[in-house]
Amino acid sequence: MKQEPNLVYIKELSAGDIAFEQKFINVLKEEIPLEKEEYLKSVREKNFKRTGDLVHKVKHKLSILGLTEDYKLAVSFEAALNQKDDALKETFSAILDKIDTYCKTL
Amino acid sequence: MKCIIVDDEAMARVIVEQLCSKIPDLEVVDSFSNAMDAIKFLNQQQVDVIFLDIHMPGFTGIDFVQTLKNPPRIVLTTSDTNFAIEAYEYETIVDYLVKPISQERFDKSIIKVKKSIEVALKTSSPQHENNSTSNLGDELYINIDRRLIKLKFNEILFIEAKGDYIEVKTDKKEYRVHNTLKNIKDKLPESIYLQIHRSFIINFTKIIDIEDNSVLIEKSVIPISRSNRPELMRRLNLL
Repeated sequence: MKQEPNLVYIKELSAGDIAFEQKFINVLKEEIPLEKEEYLKSVREKNFKRTGDLVHKVKHKLSILGLTEDYKLAVSFEAALNQKDDALKETFSAILDKIDTYCKTL
Repeated sequence: MKCIIVDDEAMARVIVEQLCSKIPDLEVVDSFSNAMDAIKFLNQQQVDVIFLDIHMPGFTGIDFVQTLKNPPRIVLTTSDTNFAIEAYEYETIVDYLVKPISQERFDKSIIKVKKSIEVALKTSSPQHENNSTSNLGDELYINIDRRLIKLKFNEILFIEAKGDYIEVKTDKKEYRVHNTLKNIKDKLPESIYLQIHRSFIINFTKIIDIEDNSVLIEKSVIPISRSNRPELMRRLNLL
């Protein structure tokens, strides 16, 4: 089943602290478009090391947003990038699009 | 306890700050997006614990740990589980938290940090006592009217600063000495003595009970200052 991003973890952590929730959302909205842009650039340039670092950064966001299946894919992709294998680049790009779209709804 | 957070991800720092905010005696004194800035800070100030990300570009968390000369307790925060074995090779690393971190897991980590500090205090105390034994034995001599009076460490209940004098209260008697609290503090074993207020040093083995802002020793109620309370609580064998 396709998973959708959610704020379950953040709501648990906030325990009603709206200021924290808003701070988190602001950081997410600020970082995702930049990371997406950087990711696409590093993929184009075949910069495996930089792409791996970006996948690592986004990986944490996937787990925070409850995307456990996408997180597993990111783990595999990060390992593959260490071997200079970017076969999962399109799949990961779609995940970034999904989060980016979600951010715009927040 | 004072802590800092070192993580290149702003989101991770925000989350750890939130986790810390739920721990009453834990203060986040600063957060850093890179290890170098944290090292500069630690050259100026001491903290009790560092929440440290491993995977940072350029200078990793493990590089950071190796750089510190007198590292405090370190709790690693990471998305990778495969650094765990390497992490535990370092005595200073007390825990390893895999992101996303739940409050429950974070609370357990804080307990580990506190236990680690307690153990260090207990193991360093006998050494401290042994060192002082070679110089002083288990007693202190105080000068009263040109007489040097011997007081056993374990018979002193507390010491109170009163202007240019200090009052040393034992279970039998009270002595007024022309000296400062700081001077006597340097002569007392840290294993059983603790300054809990700017005017009071107590022998915490003599505490009968503790209320919010005071301790009871024999019939004396002694105030605890807000800044000294966390250290007192840390020293106690709490159930």
